[in-house]
Amino acid sequence: MIDLIAQLINITLVFSSALIFAAMGGIFSERAGIIALSLEGYMIGGAFLAAVAAHVYEQLGWGASSAYLAFFTAMIAGMLLALIHALATVTYGADQVVSGVVINFLAAGLSVFLVKVIYQGAGQTPTLKTAVFSKWSIPYLSDLPLIGPGFFRMYPTTYLALFTVALTAWILWRTPFGLRLRSLGEHPAAAASLGISVRRYRYIGVITSGALAALGGATITLTTTGNFSHATIAGQGFIALAAMIFGQWNPHWVLLAALFFGMATGLKNIIQLYPWARDIPTEWIYMLPYVLTLIVLSSAISRARPPKALGEAYDLSRRT
Amino acid sequence: MKPKSDQAGVYVSGTTHGEKPGESFQGTTGGTEHEPIVRMVEITKRFGEFVANDRISLDLYRGEIHALLGENGAGKTTLMNVLFGYYQPDGGKIFMNGHEVVIKGPDMAHALGIGMVHQHFKLVDRFTVTENIILGAEPRAGFTIDRSRAREIVERLAGQYGLYVDPDRRIEEITIGAGQRVEILKMLYRGADVLILDEPTAVLTPQEVHELLNILRSLAAQGKAILLITHKLKEILAVADRVTIIRRGRLVGTLPVRETDAATLAEMMVGRRVIFNLDKAPFQPGRVMLTVRDVKEARSGADALKGVSFSIRAGEIYGIAGVDGNGQSALIEALTGLRRIASGEVLLEDKPIHNANPRTVFESGVGHIPEDRHRRGLILDFPLYENLVLNTYYQSPYTVRGLIQPLAMQKQAERLIQAFDVRASHLNVPARALSGGNQQKAIIARELSRRPKLLIAAQPTRGLDVGAIEAVHREILKFRDAGGAVLLISFELDEILALSDRIGVMYEGRLVGEVLPHQTSEEALGLMMAGQTARGVKEA
Ligand SMILES: Nc1ncnc2c1ncn2[C@@H]1O[C@H](COP(=O)(O)OP(=O)(O)OP(=O)(O)O)[C@@H](O)[C@H]1O
Ligand SMILES: [Mg+2]
Repeated sequence: MIDLIAQLINITLVFSSALIFAAMGGIFSERAGIIALSLEGYMIGGAFLAAVAAHVYEQLGWGASSAYLAFFTAMIAGMLLALIHALATVTYGADQVVSGVVINFLAAGLSVFLVKVIYQGAGQTPTLKTAVFSKWSIPYLSDLPLIGPGFFRMYPTTYLALFTVALTAWILWRTPFGLRLRSLGEHPAAAASLGISVRRYRYIGVITSGALAALGGATITLTTTGNFSHATIAGQGFIALAAMIFGQWNPHWVLLAALFFGMATGLKNIIQLYPWARDIPTEWIYMLPYVLTLIVLSSAISRARPPKALGEAYDLSRRT
Repeated sequence: MKPKSDQAGVYVSGTTHGEKPGESFQGTTGGTEHEPIVRMVEITKRFGEFVANDRISLDLYRGEIHALLGENGAGKTTLMNVLFGYYQPDGGKIFMNGHEVVIKGPDMAHALGIGMVHQHFKLVDRFTVTENIILGAEPRAGFTIDRSRAREIVERLAGQYGLYVDPDRRIEEITIGAGQRVEILKMLYRGADVLILDEPTAVLTPQEVHELLNILRSLAAQGKAILLITHKLKEILAVADRVTIIRRGRLVGTLPVRETDAATLAEMMVGRRVIFNLDKAPFQPGRVMLTVRDVKEARSGADALKGVSFSIRAGEIYGIAGVDGNGQSALIEALTGLRRIASGEVLLEDKPIHNANPRTVFESGVGHIPEDRHRRGLILDFPLYENLVLNTYYQSPYTVRGLIQPLAMQKQAERLIQAFDVRASHLNVPARALSGGNQQKAIIARELSRRPKLLIAAQPTRGLDVGAIEAVHREILKFRDAGGAVLLISFELDEILALSDRIGVMYEGRLVGEVLPHQTSEEALGLMMAGQTARGVKEA
């Protein structure tokens, strides 16, 4: 039983890591007033570039450091996609939902297409051998019962994800940058009247969201799947978005929400290991995280209090 | 009636070419003797074809309260936005302390010591008072905001200028008057020497206005230069040293306040004589149009209805006086189908209209000028002409066989714009682009055009210039004389006293007294509004 709990904790953290990165990204974007519907696209971009880059670094014989390098290389894909979103919504005032949907389609289509081009028509990138993360065991702590295997034998990405939560909270609530960013999501005209550049801060917010969500995508490639295909992300960006809403755009609550959704995914994997689960169609088991997302969101969304100016293009000529 | 240009010239007291301001004003000049801190010279600003500011000049001295007066849409806000760096002028120059400056944006305005309180507050509701004040210029400790220092600075400034605020409250929890003080503190925190206030009193209660004017006096006494936009001549006469008047984008003149009076100011501003005393036709009440009987809400609180009864007859204006937050909003909403009542009834003639949906209510003959024109009166991003048929768009001739008829709408809009003198550059401009006063006139035009039986007019002249107020009052009286019933809710006692045939005083969700306008006074009403009964007043 203890083993099972430890295993569930561990697997929850593994599956939550990607969601945490992406949801923190979402916070940066939506707190600045730009809808982060494109998190899915950023994650796909990050997962794709991580797989390709890791493969290249592996070929170059860079061994274990390949995973780390590929992980951070992946940010570029998310940032580029986010740049398009920012250009469309911030500079040209396009509808943020439309732009987000477009980015998601663009990332999904382009990544699969590029895989085919690069790998001679293959449907997925080659499975990585050495360029993946392995779990760290924290000396001494990992030997503790329950807690040890639960919390202290983790991929480095999990630790980084948790650190990102603390960093996000610190930036948003302690620094002048955070105060300004949040003011844009609430009342951009007020910020502008105080000389804050709405455009500059919104660009920073959106591009940060692209970078973080891409790290989420890369986490999946480099810890769970070991390659990239059209099914690697499969809606996790939307689950991250749900976690962000459920957590009320507040990093610590969003962390809890992401852990909850991560656990749903983890449960799915653990259930499959049991003989009695053989009788349940796999589709039903795979549905679990998505169904949970739906249930939770439909109850939470009516109570959600999003940033007041979320989704509104800011235009100086508007008088109120 | 169009003013002749030479007629306007009569008033110009030579402010454009560097002469001294009106002799009676003695500014405390800092730096060079008699050097204005701000001098705007021949500023022109166009929006497309439309000239909002046409070679307007204005100068401002330290220690001076300088009022800017003009009709709705005259270009006051635009001129101030140019000074604050929001807009780049298409012509003209700005000097500060004798040096020419080009103000590229609000941050540069702040750097030059110019601050502005906007016509519509620019406060982040979910931030605290302190956060709103320091936003964009935060005191730092390393990488982080130094919150304790921020708080100290806010408290020190608040103490120094007598602007009491609670630094840790969120904006959504404080009153409008306190929000106003936060806006002023925002400017002072940035070290502003030139304070621009765009209609700061329009949303305040009389007590709050009184406090604000005192604050402005003390700021001027401490050497600040203040530009005050207001439509209330009383306020100008009370605090301003000089007044600059503009009309339709042009400078009419600048003159010392001591040498003028309300009638002169109004005439200069509108270009014709304004009649302050309405000649009201004698009161000839008809049958009862509206009956409100013991209306109660389920909730409690000072602003909930706790048993309100009154009736209005045809040809009668029933005024409701009261301090903001004593149930007026709930009453308006209960009468227009926007709020459910728990008990009691509302009858229009004999038909019950309480707890009916808003469309049923207005189709049975209720017109509504809402108190918040942005929230309830207009769809700001829709074109003006659509806003003018917003509650009849589905009826013929605007919809025929299920299809919208834009031409019919535009024709109607054209008529209303003519009849009610709504000033807009085009029928197609979004309602947002209209000046506040013209937005209000558009709503009044729409509501009266439907010939309702009952008109509910909530704060109908908020933010309007004297000319427009006169026009609105005339329309309301015309409606009454034609046999309409009017419920007038206003915080302006002058307005209540001038228009009403009967006055009900509202306090904590009840009508605490009913008086006749010629048998009462502002003082007596004021006491009743503070919760004393009518009898209490008589005894006092
Ligand atoms: N951004 C804009 N685009 C187009 N027209 C504009 C814009 N801003 C103002 N205007 C027009 O310029 C004119 C002057 O507007 P402004 O807001 O300066 O008037 P105002 O004197 O402040 O009036 P009020 O007393 O009603 O506030 C108005 O006719 C308005 O419709
Ligand atoms: Mg204005």
